[in-house]
Amino acid sequence: MALSIVHRATGIALYFGTLLLAWWLIAAASGPAAYAHVQGFTGSIIGRLIVFGYTWALMHHMLSGIRHFVWDLGYGFKANEREALTWGALIGGIALTVLVWIIAYAIGGGR
Amino acid sequence: MSTADTPKRSMRTPLGRVRNLGAAHSGTSDFWRQRLTAVAMTLLMIPVLVIIMMLLGRNQAGAKQILGSLPVAIIMLLFIVASAWHMKIGMQVVIEDYVHNEKLKLISIMLNNFFAAAVALASIYAILQLSSGV
Repeated sequence: MALSIVHRATGIALYFGTLLLAWWLIAAASGPAAYAHVQGFTGSIIGRLIVFGYTWALMHHMLSGIRHFVWDLGYGFKANEREALTWGALIGGIALTVLVWIIAYAIGGGR
Repeated sequence: MSTADTPKRSMRTPLGRVRNLGAAHSGTSDFWRQRLTAVAMTLLMIPVLVIIMMLLGRNQAGAKQILGSLPVAIIMLLFIVASAWHMKIGMQVVIEDYVHNEKLKLISIMLNNFFAAAVALASIYAILQLSSGV
């Protein structure tokens, strides 16, 4: 499994994704017009796709990072354990992303 | 630790002992900080997600009220500091792995530091402004 490159790629995506986070916070501090502008972007199709991708990158990077952390601690080096950790990060990342978005739509859609 | 440096027990090569802080010239401090910030962000993930859920669908006045409250502001500040530090180290590792031209590597590492610092300080400033009620 060549998943460590995905860990790296999601890390790089998250790196540039912080610009979106910073923009959002600065807009919230700037005032209603700036904030509405950000919401206009994050509410658009392309905006939603980017934020969805960002959510997946974050969830995957977190779980994949936990996998590396387990290895750092000296566990999980057997072939079946490595496979389980890798698949766990891959499937868990997708599952958490979907879960977060379901909750987001359930809560945000009601407002 | 003299026992660790005896040839029998040491895992380090003679070259490694000469260049005692390794390729990054900072020993293992970045390795440690990378894990420290990773664990911090993992612990902060659920509170941060809860905050984002609270903000969904609200206008700027609502967002300001939530982000400006003390517990929320502290959680956000901790997350910003941990993520900026984490991504600075992570990107430096990527640069050191792929950029082999020495000058370009130094410039890249410098820009990486600028980027992480700018994103962190801009975000921190925004949170502080939301908290101060100005």
